[in-house]
Amino acid sequence: MHEHTHSPATDKVTFGFWVYLMSDCVLFAGLFATYAVLHTSTFGGPVIAGIVNLPYVLAETLLLLTSSFTMGIALLATQQNKKTLVLGALCVTLVLGLAFLGMEVSEFRHLISEGAGPNRSAFLSAFFTLLGTHGLHVGLGAIWMMLVIAHVAYKGLNTSTNTKLACLALFWHFLDIIWICIFTFVYLFGAL
Amino acid sequence: MFGILNFGAFIHGPIETIPQVMVVLGGLVVVGVLTYYRRWGWLYREYIVSVDHKKIATMYFVLSAVMLGRGLVDAGMMRAQQALATPGSPGYLTPDHFAQIFTAHGVIMVFFVAMPFMFALINLAVPLMIGSHDVAYPFLNSLSFWLAAAGAMLLNVSLVVGQFAATGWLAYPPLSELAYSPGVGVDYYIWGLQIAGIGTLLAGINFLVTILKMRAPGMTLMKMPIFVWTVLSSMLLVIFAFPILTVVLGLLSLDRVLGMHFFTTDLGGNAMMYVNLIWAWGHPEVYILMLPAFGIFSEIVPVFSQKKLFGYTSMVVASMSIAVLSFVVWVHHFFTMGAGADVNAFFGIMTMVIAIPTGVKVFNWLFTMFRGRIRFDTPMLWFIGFLSTFILGGMSGVLMSIPGVDFELHNSLFLVAHFHNMLVGGVLFGFFAGFAYWFPKLFGFKLNERLGKWAFWSWIVGFLLAFMPLYALGLMGATRRLDVVDPAWQPLFIVAAVGICVIGLGVAFQALQLYVSIRDRKQHPAGNDPWQSGRTLEWSISSPPPEHNFAAIPHIHTRDPFYRFKEDGGGMSYPATAGTIEAPVPTPLGFGISVVAAIVGFAVVWHIWWLVALGVLAIAVCLAARSFDTNIEEATHI
Repeated sequence: MHEHTHSPATDKVTFGFWVYLMSDCVLFAGLFATYAVLHTSTFGGPVIAGIVNLPYVLAETLLLLTSSFTMGIALLATQQNKKTLVLGALCVTLVLGLAFLGMEVSEFRHLISEGAGPNRSAFLSAFFTLLGTHGLHVGLGAIWMMLVIAHVAYKGLNTSTNTKLACLALFWHFLDIIWICIFTFVYLFGAL
Repeated sequence: MFGILNFGAFIHGPIETIPQVMVVLGGLVVVGVLTYYRRWGWLYREYIVSVDHKKIATMYFVLSAVMLGRGLVDAGMMRAQQALATPGSPGYLTPDHFAQIFTAHGVIMVFFVAMPFMFALINLAVPLMIGSHDVAYPFLNSLSFWLAAAGAMLLNVSLVVGQFAATGWLAYPPLSELAYSPGVGVDYYIWGLQIAGIGTLLAGINFLVTILKMRAPGMTLMKMPIFVWTVLSSMLLVIFAFPILTVVLGLLSLDRVLGMHFFTTDLGGNAMMYVNLIWAWGHPEVYILMLPAFGIFSEIVPVFSQKKLFGYTSMVVASMSIAVLSFVVWVHHFFTMGAGADVNAFFGIMTMVIAIPTGVKVFNWLFTMFRGRIRFDTPMLWFIGFLSTFILGGMSGVLMSIPGVDFELHNSLFLVAHFHNMLVGGVLFGFFAGFAYWFPKLFGFKLNERLGKWAFWSWIVGFLLAFMPLYALGLMGATRRLDVVDPAWQPLFIVAAVGICVIGLGVAFQALQLYVSIRDRKQHPAGNDPWQSGRTLEWSISSPPPEHNFAAIPHIHTRDPFYRFKEDGGGMSYPATAGTIEAPVPTPLGFGISVVAAIVGFAVVWHIWWLVALGVLAIAVCLAARSFDTNIEEATHI
């Protein structure tokens, strides 16, 4: 039997966070729609098939998916009240997330140095903005994660930190889903 | 050091200098009065740090009233220009200044008058109507308000430093791109709206969760007052529509600041994508404002007809259908794009379909009044005024939903007449009705009825004078946003200008009404139930409500619980003992973050990048610090 230990306050916070995620989903929907409209507007510049490096993107994807897995471990560990495991799993998640960000930034730098920057064409503007917004979210998630790590380290596991962790985990998995969509619709379809 | 900001930004033409000086003087007067009467401490303790929904409602009212003043002056200036200017006699405004004024008028009236007015009424009424101590996230509520105020202040700063957008209220590219609007006006527009928009989104989430999670025990969804239902549908629209606005303004800003090409005329940009995206937000926005106004009328009509609402369930279904349909009509704002007959036909038909649930509502109100004992207090007058003008506006809307007709009327004054018919006669009259209706509850004394009625009659006469000529002018071929008009049209433009003066008279009566009512407040105490026929929970407690609204949260058994309670003691019951609640601790953080957000907005407008970085860092540190603050709630015994 799953035990219900949620207080009404926790319920309210988690539910509100879900609603926020839905609004963020609409934000990404707007960016995906923009990309869909503009992905052929290359104006004689690079096309998507020319800038996709599938093995590189696969490595990024694996980093992010693994980080979601370790985030899941952290969440499970809170239910068993294992503070050290929570902290360990969070740190691994953070490192994986930062590694993903590092790869994305270096991909961006590479593209810009080759003259395929966001100012080159409407397609590249849309490409950089969609990926960049996701990356920005991952970056903010990483900062938030450091904060949660500090909370857990200083205060241990209590209702307050557990709620924070649950929201962070939702956020992190949400970003994973967005990335899967980017991987599919931007990279895989683009490489076809 | 100061980006592209230099001394030249403060130098304006002779006519632009007047509002510039007025903004500065207005600010100085407020500071002077507060200092003279030693009210800074009071302002800080009672309002700036407050997280109480009733105080926040009051502040939203003030914001809305201040901005209504500015929006009306803009309207008067436009009407004066159009009444005066004919070829050979160009009027008193330069074309660029005229364009800034009509842009500012639209932006202010929608974002900084109607939206704050709506959130004022929602803040005031929703927690009381559902029997709650406060909203779900009181701190977020304070932050939402202050972000809206920060956006409004950014707009007012544009009068002093630099200029405002001269693009029309939705800033269509390519005109709003750097190539054609090289000044900072569009940037003020973007960041004023971004900051206020984030506040709106947060408020939307807050009230959705409040309504779904914080209702009194026993109040099932189908026992909620209709106003709460309409707020629920409106907040759903906020949550699904405002992120689109965030995206589209963000993309325009990327074009302008980082040189990208989403909507530019070269390198593959697509300006019509902007138009599509902004109306995918913009049409739901119309219903975000309209639905709560419908809800207010659905509360007022039963109370002043002394009869229960006719067709509760159909009202709920109609509100929700309007919410859904509002997302599938956006193309009717630009049938002339050339999307083809099939696409235009779909959106035309969907637009007509919206008239059905709206018609259901109109009939429900009429049947509620039928054989009721109707009292014509001010809120009811606003309703009658609304009903008669709104039907006219609805008819003209259905007319324009036919794509072929729209090709003739697109961008004409007929359209301008139509949407003012909906937004003034519909939304604004609704909010005025709500203000008159709930004012005694919020402040504990009644508004002067006599002056209220004079205000109403001035408003409705002025409204008809100001906007009916525009229908005729539109059919005669007058397009919107003309700074010089054909002499043949001049008589009707003069009538419209007289109309705005009569509306001004209405506003003067409203100001006088507030003054007289506050002066005589001791003679006109509201009591718990000032209209004597209150039906919902807010009338069961004292006016003004005690700090946490309900000493004990009642159990709800029926719709209109307070009415039943007065009739036969049923409808609701009180628990034997009062409990303790976790009350939020007042905090200046919402105010502080918003001040910094306004500074960040200003810094982006003027490309002062170090200040942007500093501001963002400050906000991040504030939020991180608050997450470590364990003293954000305290148990209060009530």
